[in-house]
Amino acid sequence: MSKQLQFKLVLLGESAVGKSSLVLRFVKDQFDDYRESTIGAAFLTQTVTLEDQTTVKFEIWDTAGQERYKSLAPMYYRNANCAVVVYDITQSASLEKARSWIRELQRQADPSIIIALCGNKADLSARRQVSQEEAKKYADEEGLMWGETSAKSGEGVQEIFAAIAKKLPQNTPASARAGGRAGPSGRTGVDLNKQAAGAPGQDEPCNC
Amino acid sequence: MDEEYDVIVLGTGLTECILSGLLSVEGKKVLHMDRNDYYGGDSASLNLTQLYRKFRPDQAPPTELGRDRDYAVDLIPKFIIASGELTRILVHTDVTRYLEFKQIAGSFVYRDGKISKVPSTEMEAVKSPLMGLFEKRRAKKFFEFLQSWKDEDPATHQGVNLDKDTMASVYEKFGLEPGTQDFIGHAMALYLDDDYKTKPARPAYERIVLYTSSMARYGKSPYIYPLYGLGELPQSFARLSAIYGGTYMLDKSIDEIVTDANGKFVGVRSGTETVKAKQVIGDPSYFGAGKPTDGGKVRVIEEGKVIRAICFLKHPIPGTDDADSAQIIIPQNQVGRRNDIYVAMVSSTHNVCAKDVYVAIVSTIVETDRPEQEIVPGLQLLGPIYDKFVTISSVYTPTASGKDDQIFITRSYDATSHFETVVDEVNDVWKRVVGKDLVLKKREVEVEA
Repeated sequence: MSKQLQFKLVLLGESAVGKSSLVLRFVKDQFDDYRESTIGAAFLTQTVTLEDQTTVKFEIWDTAGQERYKSLAPMYYRNANCAVVVYDITQSASLEKARSWIRELQRQADPSIIIALCGNKADLSARRQVSQEEAKKYADEEGLMWGETSAKSGEGVQEIFAAIAKKLPQNTPASARAGGRAGPSGRTGVDLNKQAAGAPGQDEPCNC
Repeated sequence: MDEEYDVIVLGTGLTECILSGLLSVEGKKVLHMDRNDYYGGDSASLNLTQLYRKFRPDQAPPTELGRDRDYAVDLIPKFIIASGELTRILVHTDVTRYLEFKQIAGSFVYRDGKISKVPSTEMEAVKSPLMGLFEKRRAKKFFEFLQSWKDEDPATHQGVNLDKDTMASVYEKFGLEPGTQDFIGHAMALYLDDDYKTKPARPAYERIVLYTSSMARYGKSPYIYPLYGLGELPQSFARLSAIYGGTYMLDKSIDEIVTDANGKFVGVRSGTETVKAKQVIGDPSYFGAGKPTDGGKVRVIEEGKVIRAICFLKHPIPGTDDADSAQIIIPQNQVGRRNDIYVAMVSSTHNVCAKDVYVAIVSTIVETDRPEQEIVPGLQLLGPIYDKFVTISSVYTPTASGKDDQIFITRSYDATSHFETVVDEVNDVWKRVVGKDLVLKKREVEVEA
C-alpha cells in the first residue's frame, strides 16, 4: 500500500518577491501579473507523488503580509517541516533579506527543518542582479537546497517542491507529521469542530 | 505609514486580536500595533528569556530549567470552558486550524484543609469525600432539578421562579449544607465571591448547566487548553486578521493618541509619523493606565488589583494524583476571604515547559495591603516551589464608551479562571465600535486543492 505523508511548509522572503505567486503556480498552475497580497486563505494544500508512489501532502502557509514589518508570529514557524525562502533574482537586496530570514529560521524553527532557497522571477534574467553562482555558494555553505523558479512561466516550480518532498523524512507515520495539526487524521488533542457538532444536549446557536 | 485606516488597534492581547480578526473579516481596513516585539500583550506566553527579561532583567535563566524554546509561560492564568463562548468563536472563525487543544486533567476544590477532585462522572461523585451520604442524596435531587428544568414546562419548576427567587433560597429548598454551596457556587458556577446568592438564581443555573455540559464533552474536566500556551490564541486571531488584509506592526512605540479640537480621535503618532484612522481600539496601557493622558484626560480608572504568582515546580501538585494539569479552587469562605484563590497548573504535556517541570499560577483579587500574604493558602498546596515570579496588576476599566471620541478602550483581564468575560468584552466593544451586535457567521473556507 502506498504511504501518505503530510508536512507543514512555510514561505518566507521579502514582500513582492513572488511568494504567493509561487504557491499559486504550484497549487493551481495559475499566474496573475497584478496579483495583490493574498487574502482569505488560511493555508493551501498540494500533493506530490514520489517515484515509489508515496504521496507527500504539503500544507503551505503564506505569511499573509505579517513579514512586512517583521511581525511574524512564532506560531508561523512552529512545527514547520520545511521552508521555502524566496528572493528575487533582479533585486540583490532581496537575497540579503533571505539571509536574515534563514538566520531567523535557524533560531526559531525546529533544527531538523529543511530549507530551500529559491531565486524567483527567473524569466527576468535580463535584469539579473543575483548570479546563480553567488546564491548557490551561499546555499551550499548553509546546507540549504537551492533552485531558480519563474512563477510566471512555471519554470522550476514543480521541480523545487518535488525536490523538497524527496528530501523529507519518509519513515515517520503521517500522524506525527505537521505537528499533529495537519487535519483530522493528524490531530492528537481534542477536536473542537468535531465535538461541536456532536455535543449532546447542547444547542449551539448558529447564525450561519 | 501614510495610508488611512478604518480602525487602529493598539496592543495584541486576546481581546484586541479577536476584535482585529473579526473586523478584518468584516472588511474593515485594520492597522494593528504593539509596543512589544512579541504578540499577546498581557495575555502573552513568554519563553524563559522573555520571562526573565520581564521579571529579573539582571539575571539569566538558570540552565537547569532546560531549553529556552521549550517554554511558553502564561502571564494570565485562564482555561477555556469546553462548551463556552470562546470555543464558539474559535470554531466559527476557523482559527482552530492553527491550534491544537488538550484537556485539563482535573478540577479540584479545597475544603477543610485538603483538596478533592470535582467529580466528573457519577462513579466519582458516589466516591467523592466532598459530601456525606445524606448530603449526596440532597445534592442529587438538586442537580436532577437543574437538569430537568424546562422554561416552558411549569411541572419541572417545583415552585421555583429562577428569575425571582434567590440562589440562597434554592439551596435552602434542597437543604444543601454551606460546604456544598461553596462547592457548587465556586467550583461549578465559578463565582469569585458570594454576592450571587442574594440575586435571582437564573445566572447561577445557567453557569452550572454550562459547567456540566462542558464536563460531559471531554470527560476529565470542563476545561481545554491550547498546546504551546495561551499566547497561541491571540496569535491565531492575528493571523486571521492578516489573512483578511490586516496590517501588523510589532515593536512600535506609540507616542501619542492624536485628537482634534473636540477631543475626537484623529490618529496615532509613533515617533514623527502619525497614522490616521476613523476609530481606535486598545488596551488600557495605551491610554494612560490610570494616569491622565495627553490633554489631561483620565481615560481609564483602576477597579481593583489582581495578584498572580507564577511558580515553577519540579513535581506535580500533591493530592492531584500526579495530574499533568489541574485547576484548584479555594472558595473564599474556606480561608476567611471575600474572593476565591485560584491555582492553574499546566506542564510539558501542553508544551509549555521542559519535561518534569510544572508551572502553577496562584491568583486572587487583592483585598489587603499585603497581597503576597493573601495567596499563601494557594502556595501551600504546591509543595516545594523551585522559583516564583509575582505580579500585582491593576484592573482598569474605561471612563467613557467611546461614542463621542471614537476611542474604544478594552478592560484589563480580570481574576476569573476562564475566558467567558473576555468574550463578553469582545461583544461589548464590537457593539460600541460597529454599532450593532456581533453575529458570528461561518466564513468561507478555501476548499483544499
